[in-house]
Amino acid sequence: MITLANIHKTFKVAKREKGTAAALKSLFHREYRRVHALDGVSFHVDEGEIVGYIGPNGAGKSTSIKVMSGILVPDSGTCGIMGYTPWKQRREYVRHIGVVFGQRTQLWWDVPVSDSFDLLRDIYKVPQSEYRRNLDLLTETIGLQDFINTPLRQLSLGQRMRAEIAASLLHSPKVLFLDEPTIGLDAPSKLAVRRFIKDINAETKLTVILTTHDMNDIDALTDRVVLIGKGKILYDGAFSEIKNRSDHSALEEVIAELYREYEL
Amino acid sequence: MIYFKYLRMVIRTMLQYRLNLLLTTIGQFANVFFSFAGIYLLFERFGRLDDWTFGEVALCYGIVIAAWSLTECFARGFDVFQGSIRQGTFDRVLLRPRNTVLQILGSNFEFPRLIKLVWAFAVLGIAVNNLNQVWSVLQVVTVCLMIASGFLIFSGVFILGATVCFWTVEGLEVVNIFTDGGKELAAYPLTIYSKSIRRFFTFIIPFGCFNYLPLMYVIGRVDDALYALTPLLGFVFLLPCLLLWRVGVRHYVSTGN
Repeated sequence: MITLANIHKTFKVAKREKGTAAALKSLFHREYRRVHALDGVSFHVDEGEIVGYIGPNGAGKSTSIKVMSGILVPDSGTCGIMGYTPWKQRREYVRHIGVVFGQRTQLWWDVPVSDSFDLLRDIYKVPQSEYRRNLDLLTETIGLQDFINTPLRQLSLGQRMRAEIAASLLHSPKVLFLDEPTIGLDAPSKLAVRRFIKDINAETKLTVILTTHDMNDIDALTDRVVLIGKGKILYDGAFSEIKNRSDHSALEEVIAELYREYEL
Repeated sequence: MIYFKYLRMVIRTMLQYRLNLLLTTIGQFANVFFSFAGIYLLFERFGRLDDWTFGEVALCYGIVIAAWSLTECFARGFDVFQGSIRQGTFDRVLLRPRNTVLQILGSNFEFPRLIKLVWAFAVLGIAVNNLNQVWSVLQVVTVCLMIASGFLIFSGVFILGATVCFWTVEGLEVVNIFTDGGKELAAYPLTIYSKSIRRFFTFIIPFGCFNYLPLMYVIGRVDDALYALTPLLGFVFLLPCLLLWRVGVRHYVSTGN
């Protein structure tokens, strides 16, 4: 379903020193340093799998998601998803994927959620029957009916995240990328979002890649984790093994120890 | 068509903020009302500008403001594009299986700006009344072409300004010289400016093609019908703008943000 092989991506970042004098100097002469955001990333994901993509801040998680969703072209390496190279056939490819950025909304702020959904239906040209079927399924699994006629700005964060995920599934994608879908949510909302992801995955064989800092998300959803640090894949395997290896019982401790072990 | 669905969405959003809508409309009207009042007072005092009469300048001004207000309303998405880059909402545009230009156009419409269009037609009425000439069909058609052409040229400049953001992240103030500044400049017949300015705004950014050259025909200073067709060159101007936009998008996806 998804195969990444030896993906490299380097960013040019302007060096900044503090102070007004340095800021003035940077107007005329800028020094750049190269940051290896992705340094030979390879992994494979099968259809219907849920993969937890973890790593500390700045490890390259979001960059990977951007490459896989076709909005960033890597410097080298190959990426095949459903037979597409994401950045080459962008418009054809994005029809088949859903992407949720936990920190940003894709819905229209001032109108009821249902209006946003209708527009998305038209953008993706979803046939009416398929749209109705998806909407019914989503309504059933996350209780959309409670807030579908409310403007987005009046929703709680938990409701909003559920609406976001639902919105990215209206066009029946085969792959769903979730970038920190539980960030900032309260406990009941986190549980609801997890249950929702699990139900949809079971129901439609949807392939899911999610990034998160909350290891309870991983624990609840999947046993497959891919750990990335400083642009390199450091571990790809069972989450249970990581847990067994550790003396700690609290998940946060387990992960902190794991990051220490890899000097992240 | 998806464009109209976007349009409907923006109208729905706008209706949520009626007071804002009203106040912006009043502000926009005041803006053009006083700028035209300035022109009127100028002619009241001096009679003519170079060898241009009040009616001729009013005609030119009306056409430019009509084109400008259409651009401000319908190409607004490109005008405020730097926000999309900074907030990362352009990523979302790339995630939709649709043309990027269409999506940016559909992201924003500023209907209060259309009050200027209403005012522009009032000014055109004043101009026609003042010019006291017999209008041929081709002259009337030319005026319509001039408005359409101006709309496309201004939109092209908006697109160029937005394209710059792919490299700079921030919008460049210098672009306003060609948008706002271009509008102010184009409101008067180009002959009142120096040669280099005239050349630049005829051959590089073809403002002259949608106002000065066809204006000569409309007010009967030249008889050559070729002048009536010069607005069509403005249509062509849009092509390199769209091409550069594509280059910008490609740059954006290869560098990231």
